[in-house]
Amino acid sequence: MATETLTAASTAPGTSPRRRRGGTRGNENLAGWLFVAPVIVILGLFLLLPILMALWVSLTDWNGQGSPFTGDVPFVGAHNYTQLFTEDGLARRDFMTSIRNNMYYVAIVVPAQTVLALGLALVVNNRMLKGKSFFRSAFYFPSVTSSVAISVVFLFLFANSGAVNALLGFLGIDGPEWFADSRGLLHLLFGAVGVDSPPAALADGGPFGLTWWDWLAGPSVAMISIITLVVWTTSGTFMLMFLAGLQNVPVALDEASTLDGASRWQRFRHVTLPMIRPTTFLVLTLGLIGSWQVFDQVYVMSQGDPAKTTVTPAYLSYRTAFRDFDYGSGAAISFVLFLIIIVLTLIQRRALAERDTDRPRRGWRRRRVPERS
Amino acid sequence: MAVPTDRPAGRDHRAARTLATRFLGYATLVFFGLVFLYPFVIQIGNSLKTESDAAANPLSPFPDPLSLAGFERIFAGTNFPLWLGNSLLVTVLVTLGRVFFDSLAGYALARLRFRGRGGLFAAVIAVMAVPGVVLLIPKFLVLNQLGIYNSYAGLVVPLLADAAGVFIMKQFFESIPVSVEEAARIDGASIFRTFWSVVLPMAKPALITLTILSFQGSWNEFPHSLVSVQDPDLFTLPRGLADLVSGSLGSGTQYPLKLGAALLATIPVAIIFVVFQRYFVRDANDGSDKG
Repeated sequence: MATETLTAASTAPGTSPRRRRGGTRGNENLAGWLFVAPVIVILGLFLLLPILMALWVSLTDWNGQGSPFTGDVPFVGAHNYTQLFTEDGLARRDFMTSIRNNMYYVAIVVPAQTVLALGLALVVNNRMLKGKSFFRSAFYFPSVTSSVAISVVFLFLFANSGAVNALLGFLGIDGPEWFADSRGLLHLLFGAVGVDSPPAALADGGPFGLTWWDWLAGPSVAMISIITLVVWTTSGTFMLMFLAGLQNVPVALDEASTLDGASRWQRFRHVTLPMIRPTTFLVLTLGLIGSWQVFDQVYVMSQGDPAKTTVTPAYLSYRTAFRDFDYGSGAAISFVLFLIIIVLTLIQRRALAERDTDRPRRGWRRRRVPERS
Repeated sequence: MAVPTDRPAGRDHRAARTLATRFLGYATLVFFGLVFLYPFVIQIGNSLKTESDAAANPLSPFPDPLSLAGFERIFAGTNFPLWLGNSLLVTVLVTLGRVFFDSLAGYALARLRFRGRGGLFAAVIAVMAVPGVVLLIPKFLVLNQLGIYNSYAGLVVPLLADAAGVFIMKQFFESIPVSVEEAARIDGASIFRTFWSVVLPMAKPALITLTILSFQGSWNEFPHSLVSVQDPDLFTLPRGLADLVSGSLGSGTQYPLKLGAALLATIPVAIIFVVFQRYFVRDANDGSDKG
């Protein structure tokens, strides 16, 4: 534009071209908003607005008929939330069961995928081995495939006459009927030492409407197959993060410690591990955040069965709303889950920010580029 | 890996140890290579088996006899072609939308000085932290309210932009030198013109990354289709697959068919993965910076 050039030229003396003022500034203001407008509209309309709508619905008893934003829909206040925590009933029992299931799921998935990812990264990072890029791709490939398609494969692997049970058969083990087996792993362990039924102390009473015995069930056999699938698909991604972290470990440091006579384990324990601590923290927290969101696999593989032992809060909120048509309750469960995940995310961002306080840029930038520069 | 803790006593000792390490390293690689790839081998093998063969020999990758019955029934007995068409349409539209809208916004946030930019960027970062699974009911509510539930619009429009893509583009635009576009601007090009003809061509690597991520993301997208449509004619591949598995097939387990359908749904992403691998890897490493 001619005017733009003129303005730029007339203000040029003394100002760097970077800091043009006047007409250009106004132009940029308008252009800036025009450029971001589509994204604002889409994210606003399909992300922020719906969250507010759901917040409203979580305070009502809307059953899916008509619009939830008319006076006909019964307003119930915080009831949908209180029935999850303080009122004895099916809603609370189901919700607490889903929390229990997901806690066991997290307790196994997060350590397992972290250790596996680190192990794979260490092997792939080994300077003495050839063909590493092929294996790196092989380990990563499951991460990019469709969760639904992979769940179908694992349904077959864990079928009663499937590959996993065939493998176990070679070892002389009679595999379980994976997706029909609701027995908890801890209960099975108790059973192995002779405790088959709950001792009186655990049989009745316990927090939030579940008995201590129920809380201590452990992940069910069916849940183990979902856990296996998830660890198998996510490890590749985290392996790549560890690889990036390992690249920051100076070779000289490793060699120096070798010369000093450190054993491989000592080098790993006292050189490598401290150097990649930021990556480890990241992998752990991303794992924690991600594993509260498991949904697709549950939907495809088990639909929450058997005996609700694979129900997770995410799946429960879906089922409560879209199968039982209790949208208020479903939305309330979503928001409790939202809160759990946001708290984990904030803890992570806070910790990462503290880690890089010596950086000059603003908060989000510091956290995002620490390993880079 | 096994970790010998004794210190090397001499040259022979050390050579032997190196050899052992190398052997162990390869053994580990091959073992985990099998763990990560063999399920796909089983999938391919069993999709070409008869149903009884798949049930009797699930571990074997070799069909005996070779049977195309599963694949024939995928095309004759299910809505697979329709799902494929829907998935293609959704994926192409969503990818185009994301690449265009995300780079526009990314450019503005990186380069243009406008009031509210800082706040907007903070919002983008905040939005990135919103987990998709808590949006199931909210999305359904808004689509229902806007009257586009159960339509192609409902399937496509909400996915046309994403915060992570904006973030990737912004980071990239900040990394390219500002001098070229300044020259263009001084030569009288408008802001959009500069963006379109000068900046975008320089952003090819980021655009390829974003294209691949959007393609992969929308091709695999499942929860959104679950809450945005219910008419079987609007099912995408993942939705159709999930429907197959949950028993719309009727009698029998029909594993060859299911595995075959899942295989066909995986192939496009697999091809892209093999061809554009380094862009996938870059994404995962960006993730490590993302926090």
